[in-house]
Amino acid sequence: MTTIRALPPGSAVLRLDGLQQLIAALAVRGYEIVGPVERDGAILYDRIASTADLPAGRTDRQEPGSYRLEPRADGALFAYAVGPHSWKRYLHRPNETLFKSRRVGEELVFDPPAGPPPRTAFLGVRPCELVAIFVQDRVLMEGHYVNTGYKARREATFLVVVNCGSPAATCFCTSMHTGPRATGGFDIALTELLADGRQEFLAEPGTDGGAALLAYLPTRPATEADWQAALAVTAQAVASIGRRMPPGNEIKAALQSNPEHARWDDVARRCLACANCTLVCPTCFCTTVEDRSDLDGQGAARVRRWDSCFTRDFSYVHGGAVRTQTRSRFRQWMTHKLAHWWDQFGTSGCVGCGRCIAWCPAGIDITVEAAAFTEGQNHGIT
Amino acid sequence: MDPYVPLPYRVLATRKDTPDVVTLDLAPVGDSIPEPQPGQFTMLYVFGVGEAPISVSGAPVDGNPLVQTVRAVGAVSNAITRLRPGQEIGVRGPYGTAWPVESATGHDILFVAGGLGLAPLRPAIRHVLSNRDRYGRVSLLYGTRGPEDMLYRDELAEWRRMLDVEIEVTVDHADRTWRGTVGVVTKLIPRADFDPERTTAMVCGPEVMMRFSVLALQVAGLPFERTFLSLERAMKCGLGLCGRCQFGAHFVCQEGAVISYDRIAHIFTVREI
Repeated sequence: MTTIRALPPGSAVLRLDGLQQLIAALAVRGYEIVGPVERDGAILYDRIASTADLPAGRTDRQEPGSYRLEPRADGALFAYAVGPHSWKRYLHRPNETLFKSRRVGEELVFDPPAGPPPRTAFLGVRPCELVAIFVQDRVLMEGHYVNTGYKARREATFLVVVNCGSPAATCFCTSMHTGPRATGGFDIALTELLADGRQEFLAEPGTDGGAALLAYLPTRPATEADWQAALAVTAQAVASIGRRMPPGNEIKAALQSNPEHARWDDVARRCLACANCTLVCPTCFCTTVEDRSDLDGQGAARVRRWDSCFTRDFSYVHGGAVRTQTRSRFRQWMTHKLAHWWDQFGTSGCVGCGRCIAWCPAGIDITVEAAAFTEGQNHGIT
Repeated sequence: MDPYVPLPYRVLATRKDTPDVVTLDLAPVGDSIPEPQPGQFTMLYVFGVGEAPISVSGAPVDGNPLVQTVRAVGAVSNAITRLRPGQEIGVRGPYGTAWPVESATGHDILFVAGGLGLAPLRPAIRHVLSNRDRYGRVSLLYGTRGPEDMLYRDELAEWRRMLDVEIEVTVDHADRTWRGTVGVVTKLIPRADFDPERTTAMVCGPEVMMRFSVLALQVAGLPFERTFLSLERAMKCGLGLCGRCQFGAHFVCQEGAVISYDRIAHIFTVREI
């Protein structure tokens, strides 16, 4: 994603008021706008109404098992990596009613789920997160069966990417080829230009809709100098990323041929099976369902909610759970994410956002665990 | 149409096969699901209780109802076994892969069933028996815990009367009335009459029973790619979307439940995979 390209046609430069007008123009077009906000000591994604809602002058410091917000001297609006929320919260909802049913005498009547979702614009999607959305597209709407709620919301989504200038220490998008600069699949991609005291945004249109919206905003055409400044932002990000995931084909082979590797026992001694990694992961898609009944016994609802392969209940079939040990649950999670995902969906299930590393209370680092398999192949017990 | 929304079906009749197993005859109230192939399953929804994946035991063709056999083991299956004729249930599907009754044409057929595993095999057995001239020797090896756990007794008796089918039944624990074989079903495999060069085996039962069946079939010379199993894993959707039924890289609801053993041999004996 770091290939030097020419200045994309239609690119423009917005100032802060231009960004405000982008938000206003989306609202006028009927979009609910979701973007980063500071809350509870973290950058979360929530409804925003103006640039004043964005976390100005904040950055995040992330390490295995640690996430802290810190102030910045400038008023940068996007100078952080990713927090515990991901956009799956808005596309693959944590809770969603699948259908309601009613009992009319002995008859059973099914009412399908609610109508079309509101149009939603995501502001501040990171390139790694954009790829995560594409990964969930493959899983949830491009297979034989479709998660219709996801598909409806996805098709009503306007994507404003902000290329990444401040990766965290937990990030490894460069080795996953998912960032820090998005090359397509967005409606508009912004790069926040902060050098020499300026605060401007280079905006690249990615779709006709994105181009039309940009044309409506107060902008000036981007120059070659603006483009070089934007490339410098992400080049600096590339240089600052130290974490690295081994190549996908090597991990896939190593994991799939080592289900009894001693490393599984080792990591199981550290893993708390708390499920944090799966809940913050922007691609983890597993769900369960709950059935709810009205008090009068005449109505019921079936609700799908996020689940995690780290729970004991996840693999329960009559008689007991298939995966009773933390060892087998961690093995399932990591082998699925980094290996089986290729067989199932033609891509890795990891985009290198680093969330699972930062939000693991035990500080387990998926890149270190993966390397233990690819580098220590000969020590595996197979 | 949302793939998660069931169609209403009415319970036409129920039969108690064993103390905790009930077979239901179902008919659509309005629209019906597409015709299930032998080995496929449906998701059965009980109002307010939930859904469970249940193998189809009889396809709704030639005026027959949709037949499903259920053992009461959890909240949903318990509720299903308590349904009475006239009540309604939600049905969606059919899902999953089918027994290879077409590609096995011309072969000897070996059915190996353990316990409730006869239920998912029943449509394949009926298909083979009603197209008897298209297959070679046909054997059904069936093992249950005790004589009282046997499914479809009348039908088994009917199949026994067909002279060109070998039916062997064994029980783990015999009672005084039992005059047949005692022992696990895998012990019947070496005695069965089939030519391993041209045989397709279809095996369904508890995982440990399938594990030993595969070994016995291997010893008998049957290649893995003509040994078919029906896997069981947790399922919440049947659509490949909930992620729960994963078995290695396979989604059991999509690439199974019926799968040839060569595709899973490398993980079938890995504990807690």
